[in-house]
Amino acid sequence: METRVGKETSIAIADAVGLCDADIVAAYPITPQTHIVEHLSELVADGVLDAEFIPVESEHSAISVCCGTSATGARTFTATSSQGLALMHEILFIASALRLPIVMVVANRSLSGPISIWNDHSDIMAERDIGWVQIFAENAQEAQDLTIWAFRLAEDKRVSLPTIVNLDGFILTHMIEPVVVPDKTSVQKFLPIFEPVLRLDVDKPVSIGPVGIPDIYTECRQAQQHNLTQAYGPIVETLGEFAKHFGRQYLPVESYRTEDAEVLLLTMGALSETAMEAVDNRRSRGGRVGLVRLRLWRPFPFEDLYRAVSDIPVLGVMDRAISFGGPIGPVASEIKSAFYHRNHRPNIVEFVAGLGGRDVALADFEKMFDVLLETKETGKIPPPRMVGLRE
Amino acid sequence: MAVQSAHPKWTELAVGTAITEPGGARQNRTGDWRSSRPVWKHSECIRCGVCVMFCPEGCIQFNLEVEGYPNADLEYCKGCGICAHECPTACIAMVDEEE
Amino acid sequence: MEGLNVFTARLFPKDNHFVSGHRACQGCAEALAVRMVHQILGRNTIVASATGCMEIISSPYPETAWAIPWMHVAFENAAAVASGIESGLKVLMRKGRIPQRRINVVGMAGDGGTADIGLQALSGALERGHNMIYVCYDNEAYMNTGIQRSSSTPFGATTTTSPAGKTSMGQQTWKKNLTMIATAHGIPYVATASPSYPMDLARKVEKASKINGPAYLHIYACCPTGWRMPPEKAIEVGRLAVQCGVFPLFEIVRGKLTITNPISNFRPLKDYLGIQGRFRHLDDATVAEIEKRVQEEYRRLESRQALGY
Repeated sequence: METRVGKETSIAIADAVGLCDADIVAAYPITPQTHIVEHLSELVADGVLDAEFIPVESEHSAISVCCGTSATGARTFTATSSQGLALMHEILFIASALRLPIVMVVANRSLSGPISIWNDHSDIMAERDIGWVQIFAENAQEAQDLTIWAFRLAEDKRVSLPTIVNLDGFILTHMIEPVVVPDKTSVQKFLPIFEPVLRLDVDKPVSIGPVGIPDIYTECRQAQQHNLTQAYGPIVETLGEFAKHFGRQYLPVESYRTEDAEVLLLTMGALSETAMEAVDNRRSRGGRVGLVRLRLWRPFPFEDLYRAVSDIPVLGVMDRAISFGGPIGPVASEIKSAFYHRNHRPNIVEFVAGLGGRDVALADFEKMFDVLLETKETGKIPPPRMVGLRE
Repeated sequence: MAVQSAHPKWTELAVGTAITEPGGARQNRTGDWRSSRPVWKHSECIRCGVCVMFCPEGCIQFNLEVEGYPNADLEYCKGCGICAHECPTACIAMVDEEE
Repeated sequence: MEGLNVFTARLFPKDNHFVSGHRACQGCAEALAVRMVHQILGRNTIVASATGCMEIISSPYPETAWAIPWMHVAFENAAAVASGIESGLKVLMRKGRIPQRRINVVGMAGDGGTADIGLQALSGALERGHNMIYVCYDNEAYMNTGIQRSSSTPFGATTTTSPAGKTSMGQQTWKKNLTMIATAHGIPYVATASPSYPMDLARKVEKASKINGPAYLHIYACCPTGWRMPPEKAIEVGRLAVQCGVFPLFEIVRGKLTITNPISNFRPLKDYLGIQGRFRHLDDATVAEIEKRVQEEYRRLESRQALGY
């Protein structure tokens, strides 16, 4: 029987890992990820979750331990944030190259310096090319659900890839929201016992992580690129399976009130919820604005994006990070490149908002819509702007 | 498990580029690195096994050629000379390989 | 030869799990030590290897020298990966998903991967008490990258980043004491070993395998290439290291230290240094200074042994 309760998002995630019967949790504490791993250690201590909780001495070791555990065939979970994710950087590439289906929750937080414990997407945008499946949650329900789904997807033999579920630090991790929690039996029905493609087995020895001489390195990389790109099919399929089991459907890209819209704004993560409210407000005053929420980040859902944007002439992209010295917004530059060869290319307006915990209020979205509508009128693309910057 | 190709197409790689044939390095004949090879004088060999134990290649074994005596598998012997140097009866000579 | 009958060599296990065809240099005593360790540990063993000589010489795709499960992730995390493998096996056995049996989980790295870049991961794994064996194969420099100094390079040795020159006589620092760092974690077993003393090494590896909890083995591994010496002397130099007091063989079982190959009269240090090109530039005064320190350190081990802890 599913139950409907109010709980903190971090607790919902930890409980979801418990429902998934994770075998291993290896983690190092970092704000704002801490509540997730604290609660997991409680679940283990109380005997609710039969897992090894490995309190490592760094995030580098957290992900290294996860590589070892996953290679034995143990269902493996970790969580981190910001500097911790950056410290893992080196190993993240290896985990995907070795096709180890680790599930990691990242409580998105800005990167130092100056040191900031607050929310933006600097941490994950710096890890764009690590070869993991990467998805963003918008609310507690989704964070719980995508955590459960992530194990199913990662461990799918066609995929066998590590998977990150992103959620915004504090503004989502520490939020108490109503969550429909599935019962264990239905989770078990959705998520079969993990059977790895290859494992460290003394009866069938394999060497994992050999030297890739120039003669094979290119082939290894192509295999990896193909594998992650092709994961798109299983992603859509398993999200559909999730919907069948639990009645909640998540899509790689979601649209909100895009019918007859003149301009669209693209967002990722929890601020999409505020953005939807802003859309409602503007619509109530007759503004033809809509929202595109990019949920799946890797593999990049090109076709879903094209469908969502359709032939709408102006698309604003709200980035939560900066690509220093380059195109300012990492997401915007991806979106631009996605449209480059299309017959219909919307005018793309770049916003950078909500850095290091800076609030993005309804009024800020109103301003962004103003800019987008003005762009629609004038046909002139304004330069990228930092929302809420004091000048 | 079939021997994995040294020049695989990308579709032929095992998951994660794992090597699925244990001990496949045996295909790598390191013997051609050698400039000299060990030769045992059986009349002085006490068959103690010191040469077997200290060979970094693990390529010296008993009974390879003559029953009861050690010999080096020249497919792998790199000619380091440890066996000759360590032999308690000095019954192993390192002999230059002819060009 | 350990004061034992040479025929004991025939008792050494024969099954190779680190096979011929590996690409180590001629006379590599590290490759020899790896083979010996795994002859003792046997087939029920899983290895997590750091980046380094032993990793590259054993695993260029598609040929592996490993006949047992082996995994390489990165340079500084062999201890962490090994601790993960141990934990994974433990939980899967507990849940009945894989058969219950005793499997040796081994983390291995060179001195750079242990004393320098991997020290934190090692400390974490030892402190957490995983039932694993960590082996440091110490060839006293970064040989894989071209003989750069590490914190395990001995005083006075010339390397490519501690070169002897007009104003320097090589490495300016004393070798980091890894066995005592490991011991300070309160783990049940710490030992030094050398492939030049195979029976001693075999006994220690076996002990490390049987003890519950983390075991740390520090194995002397001559690198003829990096030490600038003839490959055939790779075993001899290991004996001289012990006889001169440079690399004492001892074990520390639950804190109690025993010198397993005691020295009553030190051989002159020159015998050890003299056969290695890396020490060729040292003057007599420096040799005397090193000798004094080496013998003092040995006496410290004896004192600790006498105190019974």
